[in-house]
Amino acid sequence: MTETEPSTAEAIVFWVCAIFSVAGALGLILSRRAVHSALWVAFTMINLAVLYLANAAPFLGMVQIIVYTGAVMMLFLFVLMVVGVDSSDSLVETLRGQRVVGILLAVGFGILLIVGVGGALSGMPAVGLDAANAEYGGNVEGIARLLFSEYLLAFEVVAALLISAALGALVLAHRERWAPKRTQREISEERIREGIHPTPLPAPGVYARHNAVDTPGLLPDGSVAEISVPGPLRARGDLRPVDTAALAETIALSEGENVLGPQDHPVADDPGTSPGEPK
Amino acid sequence: MSPDHYILLSVVLFTIGTIGVLVRRNAIVVFMSIELMLNSANLAFVAFARMHGNLDGQVIAFFVMVVAAAEVVVGLAIIVALYRSRRSASIDEPNLLKY
Repeated sequence: MTETEPSTAEAIVFWVCAIFSVAGALGLILSRRAVHSALWVAFTMINLAVLYLANAAPFLGMVQIIVYTGAVMMLFLFVLMVVGVDSSDSLVETLRGQRVVGILLAVGFGILLIVGVGGALSGMPAVGLDAANAEYGGNVEGIARLLFSEYLLAFEVVAALLISAALGALVLAHRERWAPKRTQREISEERIREGIHPTPLPAPGVYARHNAVDTPGLLPDGSVAEISVPGPLRARGDLRPVDTAALAETIALSEGENVLGPQDHPVADDPGTSPGEPK
Repeated sequence: MSPDHYILLSVVLFTIGTIGVLVRRNAIVVFMSIELMLNSANLAFVAFARMHGNLDGQVIAFFVMVVAAAEVVVGLAIIVALYRSRRSASIDEPNLLKY
């Protein structure tokens, strides 16, 4: 890390991370699904962490990865799972022309910033942080000294802010129980009364080749029990198709026919030739 | 390249975040765009700290991160509460105060 001018290596790091982080930011606003947006933002934040490291800020780089990428974005993903992963944007505009006007305004704002800030910046020499970092023996020590001397009041206030935020989240996410908790007997009686499926739903099919919830279970007559697959998968049409050939073979085997070929008496103890094993 | 490039990159990221806030309708995506804007401001702080040769910018960036973490907690709790009452995470839905 040079004292004043960035080195060639830093230029390479900057351009790679800059292109990646802008691509991630564009991915955030262009992705249809919110989960993809969240992953793009996490990608952008990792690249920004590398840029912090290149800017002689190792502490902030680590905090960026741990707090932002590790905690904040994963909290976003967690809430996305609660709200529903398929909550993509509707393309209906509530205000007509809002999208075009919004993009125009934002781009104009960006041009204004680039012209204004860029004009004020150009040619300003960088002092470099080596002296400031070395003063107390390192970047972390230097930040700690500032944090616990000049910024002590702000630090304490921030502690209060964090506690109030945690309490606020508790209050906002709390749901008051208005009705008494229903007993198992009441739930089962309601199920019978309303005529919905009275028993637990059938389990998804588990075969020798597929052991996943997207494999529908089969009814005794060989037809597909769609209800055995979880609702979100059904809504997306993610049912794994049933291998009808293997199914017919299994049925034939169960009816005593030998479809394996010329072997007349397969040895039941030998797992390799066991006829009852479904394909 | 010069340290100014970091500032320009942060301006570009901030602008993209603004577009996201103005255009997207999903509350969570809008929120992530705000996070992106906070991050770009942090990048500017870090770059300024290096230009001026003191660590105050990094301390401010650290405070921004703390405030952003608190904001995320409260904001996501609001989104979850909204989703519970309206069954939707769209920012067009909460118009109860209008009437």
